[in-house]
Amino acid sequence: MNITLKVNGQSRTVDVPAEMPLLWILRDELDLKGTKFGCGAAQCGACTVHVNGAAVRSCRRAASTVQGAEITTVEGLSPDGTHALQRAWDELDVPQCGYCQAGQLMKAAELLAKTPKPTDAQIDAAMNTNLCRCATYLRIRQGIHRAAELMDAPTPERENR
Amino acid sequence: MTPLTLPVSRRAFLRVSALAGGGLLVAGLFDTEDAAAALRGERGPLAVPPADDPRLGAYVSITPDGIVTIVGKNPEIGQGVKTMLPMLIAEELDVAWSQVRVEQAKLDPDNYPRQSAGGSTATPTNWLPMRQVGAAARAMIVGAAAQRWNVPAADCTTEAGVVHHRASNRSATYGELATAAASIAPPDLAKVPLKDPKTFRIIGQFTRGVDNHAIVTGKPLFGIDVTRPNMHYASFVKCPVFGGKVASANLDAIKALPGVTHAFVVEGGDNLAGLLGGVAIVGDSWWKVQNAKKQLKVTWNEGPTATQSTEAFAKKAAEFFAGPPQRTLYRDGDVAAAMASAPVTVEAEYSYPFIAHAALEPQNCTAEYVNGKLEMWAPSQSPQNGRALVASTLGMPAEDITVHITRSGGGFGRRLNNDYMVEAAWIAKEAGVPVKLLWTREEDFQHDFYRPGGFHKFRGGVDADGRLVAWDGHFVSFGEGERFAQAANISGGEFPAMFVPNYHLGASVMPLGVPTGFLRAPGSNGLAFVFQSFIDELAHATKRDPIAFRRQLLSQYVAPTPVAGQPAPQAFSADRMQAVLDLVEAKSGWANRGSLPKGTGMGVAFHFSHRGYFAEVAQVTVSKAGAVRVDKVWVAGDVGSQVINPSGAEQQVQGSVLDGIAQVLAQEITIKNGRAVEDAFREFPLLRMNQSPPVEVHWHLSDNAPTGMGEPALPPVVPAVTNAIFAATGKRIRSLPLSKHDLSWS
Repeated sequence: MNITLKVNGQSRTVDVPAEMPLLWILRDELDLKGTKFGCGAAQCGACTVHVNGAAVRSCRRAASTVQGAEITTVEGLSPDGTHALQRAWDELDVPQCGYCQAGQLMKAAELLAKTPKPTDAQIDAAMNTNLCRCATYLRIRQGIHRAAELMDAPTPERENR
Repeated sequence: MTPLTLPVSRRAFLRVSALAGGGLLVAGLFDTEDAAAALRGERGPLAVPPADDPRLGAYVSITPDGIVTIVGKNPEIGQGVKTMLPMLIAEELDVAWSQVRVEQAKLDPDNYPRQSAGGSTATPTNWLPMRQVGAAARAMIVGAAAQRWNVPAADCTTEAGVVHHRASNRSATYGELATAAASIAPPDLAKVPLKDPKTFRIIGQFTRGVDNHAIVTGKPLFGIDVTRPNMHYASFVKCPVFGGKVASANLDAIKALPGVTHAFVVEGGDNLAGLLGGVAIVGDSWWKVQNAKKQLKVTWNEGPTATQSTEAFAKKAAEFFAGPPQRTLYRDGDVAAAMASAPVTVEAEYSYPFIAHAALEPQNCTAEYVNGKLEMWAPSQSPQNGRALVASTLGMPAEDITVHITRSGGGFGRRLNNDYMVEAAWIAKEAGVPVKLLWTREEDFQHDFYRPGGFHKFRGGVDADGRLVAWDGHFVSFGEGERFAQAANISGGEFPAMFVPNYHLGASVMPLGVPTGFLRAPGSNGLAFVFQSFIDELAHATKRDPIAFRRQLLSQYVAPTPVAGQPAPQAFSADRMQAVLDLVEAKSGWANRGSLPKGTGMGVAFHFSHRGYFAEVAQVTVSKAGAVRVDKVWVAGDVGSQVINPSGAEQQVQGSVLDGIAQVLAQEITIKNGRAVEDAFREFPLLRMNQSPPVEVHWHLSDNAPTGMGEPALPPVVPAVTNAIFAATGKRIRSLPLSKHDLSWS
């Protein structure tokens, strides 16, 4: 079936089976590789994207349910990689292997949109759904606090790395 | 210009040449097979490739505009090596880190040694060579400046990519000098002066991952992200019983399904680490291939291992424990006599389960077979072994296989095996189209190379002065005859061998039809649990402070007794271990643990592996209902004189510790009817954020060359946590995981 989506602000139309998960539309039809496949069972959170502003597991969201939806992926979190979370993640060197981090960032972005200054307990409650096999959790927690600070600060020019 | 080559030491070569369009290219050869053979006189001098030879494995290039590109030769799996190795070169090159761009090398064993990620070896094997490359390149640039200004090179200094001649107030950037530097004779690598560590500007600094920006903006980096023109997607369905073969399959029905372009049976072989039998389904969309797979009907020939089970392994171990071990691995003194005269003896049996790696990026590989040549994109920890496996299985020369090393979404040892590579290569060749093979999560769990389980029976005797004087151990593992299954082995010199005057370690093995392999700190990740737990039992049985008891033990060194046919025990420094034990005792507030409330306790353990010395204290709280929470972990580590990247090092320690806690809490792969039962994160839980305690990391710097960080911090945390549970509840944990124990108390 034809599915029309707004992905990172752009209208896109794909012809896919109705039950094809959004994850594979993004990765293999639209070539947006930032969103990751971890389990296909909504158990790990690597595939987290925003659908109409809410963090969802794209591996279990069928094409037919996202007709006309506004989708934001990690590629669209900011135009140039300067979202406060992206800056904080680099500054604090959060990633190890990095594979889960797109999902972590999208989940954290939802948290900060609702709760601009989260406590540790609020961070744990929100982020507990997202697995990191390298266990970067201590830095993810710090990164969310740091991003909350940066949210108020002006955006600096991005450094070279 | 003509490239230069210079045999500069017994084991190293350096090549320099000009870049097309100007600039300097520095390539090094260290310990490659060809170089070693040339030095042994087994082959002629190495051919010197021209500067534009695409095979030339350069480490450093500097273009006239001052861009410094440094190649990271090893696979990046999250251990930070793509940042750390270039830091070593950049330090001695004396450029600003912000000038540096890092590129990932492809597999090129002619030019890069040991392009693998395993054994925490990157630091010890590259600490000197990478710095020598950087220092040599710097010396040539300084030489070019000296020539230009007609001054002695010794009067020139460098800083942040600029050469200065202070006396005449002249300076030039590396970019301006790069082309001229290409005609300066390279220095002797073995003699090129290296910086005094006190003057390091990059080494020792918190340095962020070079791929961070690409990661947080979702750029394609990982194996799973590779795309090729006309790329098809493949799934490979193997028998759930390891090594089973296809008897028949409904291929015609599968080929008729939407999106499917090919479906065929792969006969496969008997090597569990090679190409196994299965059904390949190829199509124009991975999702459609998965849908087609649901209709697949296969009759399997499951083979002889279809009856094996975890339950039967435990039964067999109990049978072994009823008798003497099949063979002795280490013996000192007279164990029977010492045991008979010891006032306190303790006996216990321990075990740990099979566990999976569960890297978050499922196994995958992309392969393209054109005109007898293969090009592959592999998230592999050992791409050279992978290429050899592909070459031998497909019957083609390794030189006809190009392997691009992609970033891996976690490794943990899983990707030291290359089954996904040989599957992708075989399927691409047979289908005749470029193929991306991608496993499902279920397949990733069910076809792992598991950390093997193990069984241990111990008896220990302590004298009236609290000295451990007798030790008898029987390790029941897997293997055949004198051969242990992969990662199911033990060294005869495993601590406390050589520290107990009357010591015996024996082993028995049973056959196994489950693939096993290296998991972060292989061997050690199970052995530390049992050895450090039993030592703790002995301390408590004699009412000694567990740290004081270990301190006494570390003072009891007895020179090793060689055993015929066994390798010499690994060198172990009691002094280095003592130092980290002292450090963690001080930092954790161990002396005040008596004030902890009931249900909360501290446990300690230490372990030496991968050249690293680690002592750890865990504080654990067990609720009355039996729920375990790790409150905090203190780590003291000695990995030599220098922590190269404090950010990466802390990450590796914290990640290792949390990884170990996950193993303790609930991880187990059960074998039943010859197959792995658990196939989802729900059944094999990874640690979550709310289970992750603070992990405080302290370094003891010692006068030793720096060593690796990816593994040695993991083993001690497992017994530190279970020893803390004993301190909190009086319950001794002798098997893992904790989810199988009732820890409730009142």
